[in-house]
Amino acid sequence: MSRAKGLPGLWGAYRLRWKRRRFLFRVWRKRKQIKAVHDRTSKLSSDAIFVFSTVRNEMLRLPYFLKHYRALGVDHFLIVDNGSDDGTAEFLAAQADVSLWTTKHSYRLARFGVDWLGWLQAKHGHNRWCLTVDADELLIYPDYQSRDLKALTAWLDQQNLTSFGALLLDLYPKGPLGDANYLSGGDPTKTLCWYDADNYRHKYHPYYGNLWIQGGVRDRMFFAAEPDRAPTLNKTPLVRWNRRFAYVSSTHQILPRHLHDVFDFEGESKTSGVLLYTKFLPNIGAKSSEELERKQHFENSIHYTDYYRQMIENPTLWYDGSSSYSSDQKLVEQGLMSKGSWV
Amino acid sequence: MTLGVIMLIHTGFDRAEQMARHWNDAGCPVDIHIDSNVSRASHDHFVSALSDLSMVRFCARQRCEWGTWGLVAASQAAATMMLEEFADVSHVFLASGSCLPLRPVQELQAYLQEHPDTDFIESATTSDVLWTVGGLDRERFTLRFPLAWKKHRKLFDWFVTLQQMVGYKRKIPEGLVPHMGSQWWCLTRQTLDAILQDPNRPVYDRFFRHVWIPDESYYQSVVRLHARTVQSRSLTLAKFDYQGKPHIFFDDHLELLQRSDCFVARKIWRDAEVLYKMFPQPVDADRLGAAPNTGTVDRLFSHAVERRTLGRPGLYMQSRFPSADRENGVAAAPYAVLQGFDDVFPDFKSWLTERTGAQVHGHLFAKDRVHFADESRIYRGGLSDHPRLRDYNAKMFLTNLIWNGREDQHCFQFGPADSQEVQWTLAKDTNASIWVISGAWSIPLYRSGRSASEVRAEAARLQRIESKFLKTLRGPHAHARIKIMTLAEFIETPMDVLQTIIDDIAGHKGRALTQTPKMADLTGLADFLQELRNQGMHPFLTGDITQGNLRKAQAKPRRKPYIIAQK
Repeated sequence: MSRAKGLPGLWGAYRLRWKRRRFLFRVWRKRKQIKAVHDRTSKLSSDAIFVFSTVRNEMLRLPYFLKHYRALGVDHFLIVDNGSDDGTAEFLAAQADVSLWTTKHSYRLARFGVDWLGWLQAKHGHNRWCLTVDADELLIYPDYQSRDLKALTAWLDQQNLTSFGALLLDLYPKGPLGDANYLSGGDPTKTLCWYDADNYRHKYHPYYGNLWIQGGVRDRMFFAAEPDRAPTLNKTPLVRWNRRFAYVSSTHQILPRHLHDVFDFEGESKTSGVLLYTKFLPNIGAKSSEELERKQHFENSIHYTDYYRQMIENPTLWYDGSSSYSSDQKLVEQGLMSKGSWV
Repeated sequence: MTLGVIMLIHTGFDRAEQMARHWNDAGCPVDIHIDSNVSRASHDHFVSALSDLSMVRFCARQRCEWGTWGLVAASQAAATMMLEEFADVSHVFLASGSCLPLRPVQELQAYLQEHPDTDFIESATTSDVLWTVGGLDRERFTLRFPLAWKKHRKLFDWFVTLQQMVGYKRKIPEGLVPHMGSQWWCLTRQTLDAILQDPNRPVYDRFFRHVWIPDESYYQSVVRLHARTVQSRSLTLAKFDYQGKPHIFFDDHLELLQRSDCFVARKIWRDAEVLYKMFPQPVDADRLGAAPNTGTVDRLFSHAVERRTLGRPGLYMQSRFPSADRENGVAAAPYAVLQGFDDVFPDFKSWLTERTGAQVHGHLFAKDRVHFADESRIYRGGLSDHPRLRDYNAKMFLTNLIWNGREDQHCFQFGPADSQEVQWTLAKDTNASIWVISGAWSIPLYRSGRSASEVRAEAARLQRIESKFLKTLRGPHAHARIKIMTLAEFIETPMDVLQTIIDDIAGHKGRALTQTPKMADLTGLADFLQELRNQGMHPFLTGDITQGNLRKAQAKPRRKPYIIAQK
């Protein structure tokens, strides 16, 4: 498959291999930045499904986050807490199915947590299905209510697939962002029940072999004048992990590049999911102020200053053509995700 | 009569136990074969869990590798034991641990009683049926396959190629005609006994030992030697995907399975609680004699295969991104591109909307902003009117627009003053119909009131751009429906062209035109063009515009309508 999509030549492949090794070395070098608080990973069966996540002050989202993934059949959560001060660490330490690590090091210098998680994945995730998501990302896929992740991964195994792609879908409320109501533990899709259905643009990334997707509400609201800076929306969050694998930037890109074979060039459609993005809960203003201070997000924080400023100004993202989020079925019909051959 | 059940088990022991109990409770003797790969502990645990059932037997264990002889040997051993130990068994049903009876066993028994001498086994000759996956059909029988494909893929392929190269061919035992079909059968005691006691059985066994996937061909072939009546279909509903891998049924298939009226279905997902709770359904007198009806299931699954292989044309998404040369159509639905019409007729947009009911956009690719049909800032699906967002990926902008409103007809104005990135996409798309009045850009220049010397450079630029577009449209890679006419040609017979466009867009809803929309005042156009020529800028794309043809075009429309169907 990789060949059909144009390998970047033998030399390119060789460079990519070294690039991956550099990432793995980086992961190894930073392994001591995280300290285990509760390591409950022993005694887990070989077919257990793991969630990996880095969090910071996510008390608002975590209760539902855990609930969502438990319902999907996740067996264990491996979480790195990056210096929370709102009780996140204590909350997580009290959960029986969470193993917790903690660090005060720079999130940005750890490639936005990828280095820390990379070490945990190499240590605990080898040859298991690993789902790498942020606290504001809820994975869904066609028929996820009747088919849990065990069913999905069993099917992926049967099809000899090692990765599963998902589109990051920005959800937003009707009215100004800060005015919405949300109580921790509730279903965020009840508050953030709107999204842009069809303004996503796709482009093939010839080097990494992934599909580069941009668009959505942030693109239309904040990045119209600078489309190439608009947030990347393609993700490969679910992977049957191997200790030789390495995420490149967040979960947008991964090496080796065959893991990007989650789309098809021939006109077929493969099975794919959606990551419901719950960033725009009412605390977005406060979070953005904090980000402006900490400058821990994105490679060139300077370019996103404007974006954070606008976030603090309590904008309205909704317009009268927004789609309302109702079901996975609707997302399939609109072509945001696909059942593929998983009938 | 009694129905005996053979269960082949290698995993999922909880569900297997549940099923064994179910068969047993319905009065069926059950003979269980457990794969010898299963660990001692799991085996013992399972056996002791079923020790309270008097009609359950365990037969000698075989190693069952997918696609190898072990599976046949296992069913032979179990069948032999079944016939020996339970003398009243009249039919034997082959099942696995993940087979779930959909209808009560009594209904299956009643059905078999109605067909006492019939063997239900899917069995088709290899020469007539092309359903095998992986390119091996006849060769399954004529080559040797001593290796398990799952374990030694490379070696397996290499060995096949080697045999093909040296032209090796096995001899098929005399009298045997290779047949294939689903491995899940239900045979009468008489047939099964005849198969197992056949004096030639060692010959057949030796032959099938090295056949590829013998469990899909052993019984299917030898049954033809012994059976009185073969119904070539399986009583077990099993579906396979395009790779030949079994489909798994989940809770959301409940309704589908209910409607199928099949006796048994596989494979059922081990955690499909709803299915295991709902099935088998209670006895239903109305359904008692009903034969299985797999029509709906077949349709759903063939639809799925189609969707998998064809996708949804015109949809570009994270898991479907056909490259440009893989597909004829670029967009999801037909649409029309109109170049120059709104220059000739200032009110063209509203006129066309009224006539066709289509989504008539303005200049979608205008430099200042996107002019959507309703002039909104954000169009359906969240498409922004920002020109940079649009130009950043013009093809995606267009495909998104059409995909979004694929239930409507779309048309939009285009012109040399617009962004031109989308040219190639339009020209290649079989869904596009492109109508061009070349040289119509001269009208706004003329009507701007500026002198020829002032607009000369602008006119030259527009002409250059349009000429390039026309070259694209006339090139070998243009697959759109394309009609190009000069301004002079168009104003001679505008009605014919407009009628064709209306028919094209509105289909049968298009009415006969009696009147063209109001044309812009072109009285001085000929002089203006001549002045351009005098300045050294030859507007060759306009055609030959003279006072004569202008006067004719601007004259009052004729009273009597004339209709010419060009379709």
